[in-house]
Amino acid sequence: MNRDSNLYTFLFATIMVFVVATVLAFTSQSLKDLQSENVRKEKMQNILSTVGIIIDRDGAEELFDKYIDGQLAVKNDGSIDTSVDVFNNVKLSLELKKNPKDQDFPLYVANIESEKFYIIPVRGNGLWNAIYGYISLKEDLNTIKGVVFDHVGETAGLGAEITQDWFVERFVDEKLFDSDNNLMGIKVSKTNNDPNNSDKNDHEVDAISGATITGDGVSDMIKERLEHYIPYFNTLRSNSIALN
Amino acid sequence: MSNKNRALLSDPMDDNNPITVQVLGICSALAITVQLKAAIVMSISVMAVMAASNVIISLLRDLIPNRIRIIVQLVVVAAMVILVDQVLRAYAYDVSKELSIFIGLIITNCIVMGRLEAFALGNGVWRSFLDGIGNAAGYGWILILVAFFRELLGSGKLGGIQVIPDFIYEMGYVDNGLMLLSPMALITVGIIIWIQRSRNRKLIEQA
Repeated sequence: MNRDSNLYTFLFATIMVFVVATVLAFTSQSLKDLQSENVRKEKMQNILSTVGIIIDRDGAEELFDKYIDGQLAVKNDGSIDTSVDVFNNVKLSLELKKNPKDQDFPLYVANIESEKFYIIPVRGNGLWNAIYGYISLKEDLNTIKGVVFDHVGETAGLGAEITQDWFVERFVDEKLFDSDNNLMGIKVSKTNNDPNNSDKNDHEVDAISGATITGDGVSDMIKERLEHYIPYFNTLRSNSIALN
Repeated sequence: MSNKNRALLSDPMDDNNPITVQVLGICSALAITVQLKAAIVMSISVMAVMAASNVIISLLRDLIPNRIRIIVQLVVVAAMVILVDQVLRAYAYDVSKELSIFIGLIITNCIVMGRLEAFALGNGVWRSFLDGIGNAAGYGWILILVAFFRELLGSGKLGGIQVIPDFIYEMGYVDNGLMLLSPMALITVGIIIWIQRSRNRKLIEQA
């Protein structure tokens, strides 16, 4: 057949698309279970790492079951939605697109050697794409125990550095609320006059040079996501005062 | 291996280097040379994709309709890249996270399509395979060289490990943050081109 004829060109294109689509669809389907299993275990790994438990991916499931004893879906009004499977079915990226009254926000409660920690997933925008992570709070609902950040596509060496240990360690022991329980968040600041981060009450950590937008994204997502939990935290606070 | 085939591997390393002579693939040379490790992994992935897609296009070279050959090349490259990405995500999740967007960037690497168009469409399978390996290696060594200087001068590290000792910092040495930004990659590539041309006179265009 003439290689330059219209018929041949159409035929070739059709067959090519069919073959390529089949190969890709087959690969994607047959690897799907393995891939989502990796993602699921990584999520457990991330949640555990905020409370200081560093474990490889294969061991994450066992320790997650051991230490995480509460998985709550918190509503904007502070009530708890008990109808959902938080770990598997509540996706923060989808919740953020819903109506405020339909939103569920995950809250994981860890119990490690009778110390209680609250772990909150956060999500926001970096320079190129989404950034996300987890923040764990100590029982006072104010002091940060640990954070972990990740990103979809920040610039390697600049914005992507938010995943590094030296950056996330700056958040440890920082306070989220001021003394009147107003949410201050943690500002990733370029004008932080505290490079050694000795002041843990300034609601500021040092920014990364060349990663201004990613850093601002981190500040924003912490503050915005924490806001959803304030009504619930207030309930917890007043309960603990009542108990005392 | 005949001399001609050997030239397919050695030419792209110097006389016909994709980056410093043909000035292709500059975009990724700027984007991912902040760290040595990323540059090395990128070079290996590009090599795999280039060798495989060169072979496929060379096998199909007598079947591809002339008018849609660029589209065919693009589909083959994109399919290879997605396959690599999917397999890494299932079996080497950590590596796949490390690479993240770089894998997708391979599709846009001008060298890949350039070699398909210029070489694989007109040459046999074995020669096309060698050409893919050779050009990816030529691209890779420049990438790694640039990343070496950028990471060393920009963050005092190599492969994520600190190599500039603490006492030098205590004497007042400061990492050059400018090296981490893309313009310095361009300048580093420019210096490499300068050195290469002063050693290899035949690359200099006659005025």
